Amino acid sequence: MRVLAAMSGGVDSSVAAALVRDEGHEVVGVTMRLWGGPSDSGCCSVSDVDDARRVAQQLDIEHLVFNFSEDFDRQVVGPYVDDHVRGLTPNPCIECNRHLKFSRLLDRALALGFDAIATGHHARIERTATGPRLARAADRAKDQSYVLHMLDAACLERLLLPIGSMTKDEVRARATALGLRTATKPDSQDVCFITRTDGGRSTFLGDRIGLHPADVVDADGTRLGRIDAVELVTIGQRRGLGVGIDGRPRYAVEVDVPGRRIRVGDVGELDVDGERLGSVTWVDAAARAHALAADDLVGQTSAHGAVVPVASITAVDGGVDIDWARPTRRVAPGQSIVLYDGDLVLGGGIVTPR
Amino acid sequence: MPAYLDHAATGPMRPEAVEAMLPFLTDRFANPSGAHRRARDARRAVDEAREELAALVGCEPGDVVFTSGGTESDNLAVFGLGTGDGAVVCSAVEHHAVLDPVESIEGRVVAVDRRGRVDVDDLRRVIADGPVRMVSIMAVNNETGLIQPLDEVASAVRAAAPDAVLHSDAVQAFCWTDVARMCAPVDSFSLSAHKFGGPKGVGALIVRSGVPLRAQLLGGGQERERRSGTQNVAGIVAMVVAARCTAAERDAEIARVGALRDHLLNGLLERIDGVVDTLGPDRSDRAAGIAHVCIPGVESEALLYLLEREDVSASAASSCASGALQSSHVLAAMGVDADLARGSLRLSLGHTTTASDTDDALVVVPAAVERLRNGGL
Repeated sequence: MRVLAAMSGGVDSSVAAALVRDEGHEVVGVTMRLWGGPSDSGCCSVSDVDDARRVAQQLDIEHLVFNFSEDFDRQVVGPYVDDHVRGLTPNPCIECNRHLKFSRLLDRALALGFDAIATGHHARIERTATGPRLARAADRAKDQSYVLHMLDAACLERLLLPIGSMTKDEVRARATALGLRTATKPDSQDVCFITRTDGGRSTFLGDRIGLHPADVVDADGTRLGRIDAVELVTIGQRRGLGVGIDGRPRYAVEVDVPGRRIRVGDVGELDVDGERLGSVTWVDAAARAHALAADDLVGQTSAHGAVVPVASITAVDGGVDIDWARPTRRVAPGQSIVLYDGDLVLGGGIVTPR
Repeated sequence: MPAYLDHAATGPMRPEAVEAMLPFLTDRFANPSGAHRRARDARRAVDEAREELAALVGCEPGDVVFTSGGTESDNLAVFGLGTGDGAVVCSAVEHHAVLDPVESIEGRVVAVDRRGRVDVDDLRRVIADGPVRMVSIMAVNNETGLIQPLDEVASAVRAAAPDAVLHSDAVQAFCWTDVARMCAPVDSFSLSAHKFGGPKGVGALIVRSGVPLRAQLLGGGQERERRSGTQNVAGIVAMVVAARCTAAERDAEIARVGALRDHLLNGLLERIDGVVDTLGPDRSDRAAGIAHVCIPGVESEALLYLLEREDVSASAASSCASGALQSSHVLAAMGVDADLARGSLRLSLGHTTTASDTDDALVVVPAAVERLRNGGL
């Protein structure tokens, strides 16, 4: 096969490219240039491209750079900023996977005559009787199936995840054995287009949408305090609200950005019986049918969070309703919930505002 | 057969130039600033090279400042001929080696027309806008090959800003214009050896006598204290041999390569639906070695890869530090639609280009475009 290996300049994708090459495939490495602004080297800074290029040289494979920065601005950064105006808590990594890595890049790869793309994500692809399924990684602590949940069967047919059955330690050992310069490079963290050294999220959003002070109120509307930036508050947040006066922890239970108002409440107010998801994707029709009929699925509400048993899933206009098997901590609107049958991803969607 | 059609980026060295530089990498290795016989030998080679280059480009030997190449020459011109305080003006289609230094000191930028020609009326307006110590207008555009009307530019600058120094980035000009004539009306111009069959890492800034130049590199005082640093003797010698060979063959090469370029361009226009000849039908003011087209419905990055697969080396716009293609500031300044500009393709020819190269391209490029337009099927 001719395989286009996405190489971010990190250790995982370096080893992924090496493994695909060692399986005898014709491999070309590619680094996507996504974010044109400053970064903490978290994703696609010049030094990461240099690392990817050097690894490709060491592996003796060709290396390309694709400039998708306009698409990234339009499909990831723009919506990320807009979501904050609407009081949502977006996950830009999921949108990047949805629109860039497994759509734009895959389309380009197929147009250029490649048979598949390979990435260094920690997840596996299982071939089942009903079709390919995305499965959790061997290294549970590093499992990235949550952020890849939107991959459908057609995409999984064209995807290789070579390191999904390895632990991180094994990946690093392999990189060391190959003499790759990325072997000891730290894992990337946080949002790649936001720099920690430059004021982080508040500077990034403040420069783009302006941040607005808001009143913090209780259930009766009594004003308890004031915060600097309503756009930065997430449902379920406790810190930074300045309302722990009576020693009782209070949590943001309502974020009203246009109204410049945060309502806080006790932890109990955060427990809900279910969530509504929009922008729902399924691996295939069989996965959807199974999800709507099953009573033994679990949902995962954050990238590395614990799973929650699901009682039932009901199709509604524009999405699905999830009923949890037991009251569960609310998920901030804008975040994704991913539905699993055991270790297999069936699909997922984005929590809609109530 | 591989077809190398990226000569505007760089090309193979002329064999005569390779041969000429070897002694200075081995036996005649000395530092020309030294105080012994070997040093004097190297010094003589540099002085002879300086004299010959001056004759080839129409200046005095003392006007030649050897540098590390086009970028250094352009930076030295902007920072050394200007005042460093923003009283500089350049066109919107300059190479980044001029544009970025000018923008770094908040200089002013002149508009161009739809073919990338400097808008001389706008040049007058921009000059009238504030103090001007230095104006920089390139001789030949590196992306499109358009030859700027330097005579007209010079008249406008002399009339509007009599005290200003006029510089020209002539890096792309040497193969395709008689630089001595082309640059006769300017006070200063930049050259780069590897664009005309010399080695990379060597070039020159020509500064006519009486034009003050403030050095940017201080140290040993070489190049009459205008550019310190031990001279790249081998590179300088090879550059001048390459310049000699290029100048000797220039008229014949302009005719030969121009015919190949026309064949290539005409063939692309014929074989690719909707393809746009970026500079339009007028070929009278275009460098013979550059064919630039925009191909609707195609992305340069993808196209270049398919060409590479078929052993055709070409380019689109310039690359950023990461190696990613950047959208072209030249096409943007010309008012080319952004979608169309995404499908830009530059095929550039040189002294080693043959009809087999252009014939290959005429098969490979249309097929690659067809493939991409059909989504790779």
